Amino acid sequence: MKITWTLQDGRTHTAEVANGTNMMEAAVANDITGVVGECGGSLSCATCHVYVADDWVGKTGEPEDFEDAMLDATEAERKDNSRLSCQIVADDSLDGLHLIVPAL
Amino acid sequence: MQRVVIIGAGQAGCSAAFALRKRGFDGEIILLGEETDPPYQRPPLSKAYLLGDMERARLYLKPPGAYTDAGIDLRTGCDAIAIDAQQMRVDTAQGPLTADAIILATGSKPIRLPEAVTGGLAGIHYVRDLADIDAIRTAIPDCKNAVIIGGGYIGLEAAAVTTKIGLNATVVEMAPRILQRVASRETSDAMRALHAHHGVTILENVGLALFLGDGSVKSAVLADGTELPCDLAIVGVGIRPDIALAQAAGLRIENGIWTDARGQTSAPGIWAVGDCASFPHTGAPLRLESVPHAIDHAETVAANVLGARTDYTARPWFWSDQFDVKLQIAGLNTGYDQVVTRPGGKPWSRSHWYFAAGRLVAVDALNAPRDYMSGKRWIEAGQTPDRKRLADPAADLKTLV
Ligand SMILES: Cc1cc2nc3c(=O)[nH]c(=O)nc-3n(C[C@H](O)[C@H](O)[C@H](O)COP(=O)(O)OP(=O)(O)OC[C@H]3O[C@@H](n4cnc5c(N)ncnc54)[C@H](O)[C@@H]3O)c2cc1C
Ligand code: FES
Repeated sequence: MKITWTLQDGRTHTAEVANGTNMMEAAVANDITGVVGECGGSLSCATCHVYVADDWVGKTGEPEDFEDAMLDATEAERKDNSRLSCQIVADDSLDGLHLIVPAL
Repeated sequence: MQRVVIIGAGQAGCSAAFALRKRGFDGEIILLGEETDPPYQRPPLSKAYLLGDMERARLYLKPPGAYTDAGIDLRTGCDAIAIDAQQMRVDTAQGPLTADAIILATGSKPIRLPEAVTGGLAGIHYVRDLADIDAIRTAIPDCKNAVIIGGGYIGLEAAAVTTKIGLNATVVEMAPRILQRVASRETSDAMRALHAHHGVTILENVGLALFLGDGSVKSAVLADGTELPCDLAIVGVGIRPDIALAQAAGLRIENGIWTDARGQTSAPGIWAVGDCASFPHTGAPLRLESVPHAIDHAETVAANVLGARTDYTARPWFWSDQFDVKLQIAGLNTGYDQVVTRPGGKPWSRSHWYFAAGRLVAVDALNAPRDYMSGKRWIEAGQTPDRKRLADPAADLKTLV
């Protein structure tokens, strides 16, 4: 599947991502500045915080309790479309997914 | 600057290599690693990977093509053998390399038990490298009784995983309580209760005398004479920074490879990052053993290698997964004189807040992500919440500072 990030400087980056990969791993593989993934996707750090583009919000699902609590005090402002990207896993239904990296 | 040689292809070395590129360095980057795997994450080694819940390839920090794509010359299975600080030369298993800058990212090595204790028996394992964990995973199907020496985070995680797999696990801790070196009595008590609940036996205040067996380990004899059946021994008694190369090269050593606030060692042009480096932190030398530090430190030091003049500010945090508890820690609890407990609503959930002279310095959050996230931000901003209200679970965290 394809995924597009809107980067901190406003440019976009599109990449092919294998099913089963999570969106933090995909960002790290593509060297996306602002998505760090310090805890390796174990839901401990919130350094993989992204905003899901409006037209994709329904498809990526809702955060689970623990993720929701972590999002409550993120460094960048929490919005309705905030997610920890290590919790979004690539599959065909997300082909074309668009994520926005929080600006500093 | 034409060539940077990075010694150690772990978390810090890998981060430094990519940070150099990202900051526009267009010279040669050579990343030397003595292990045969490409750079990988260590935290899952004592968690999901040991449990068999995570594929090997998932451990790798970057996909295979990323190094070539970024023009990083990753040489795995290639040790650096010596450094000549005057000539700026690194001798490697594949021959000498001259460098304009050298970054030491050699990490740490586990403290090993002396031969008099291990008797040279098979079945005694350490928890540092992928090869260590692969050996444990290979042994596990034939084992029943795991004895874990050391009740720190690594030992407790190993106890949790071996228990989940179905072994009888016993933790042997020499200090009066588990986690004594790193956490408060409150946190030790909570983790002890968690392990007891899941059937782990925790023995405190008693050391290991020696292992017995014939060829491979059969039992562990403790200082008080107790003999525990043991066919799998896991030793997690701490680590030492890997300073061998730096010391032989004549660099200053001070609880690790000494660096200034920008990450430069006592030899100009040679830098140190991650677990192996000792850097100034609020006036005293500090060494940190964590992934977030390895990443942040490498990024700052890479910028300095390229001429920035940025002092490194550590923002310490750590996590540990044991059974159904996620422990998240922010700050450094050094010198604390008071601990405030904030009860939580969920199973095992609570947080312990460390104060030194009235100032919040650290928090241990057990299944309490909101407490962790708020605490981390307060500590980094130098803010201290009201202690009375902090202890009241009904008080909204957002109103405490
Ligand atoms: C089992 C385990 C669980 C952990 N869990 C957590 C956790 O939950 N959270 C957390 O934040 N941290 C955790 N850590 C700590 C974290 O993994 C380390 O702090 C981090 O890996 C440090 O990165 P580093 O690059 O400095 O060192 P390392 O990752 O150790 O890398 C150093 C590399 O340098 C190589 N090297 C050494 N000498 C030479 C030489 N002469 N030539 C070539 N190569 C050399 C070594 O072989 C090694 O591969 C854990 C560590 C372990 C072992
Ligand atoms: S990578 Fe740490 S929470 Fe997503």
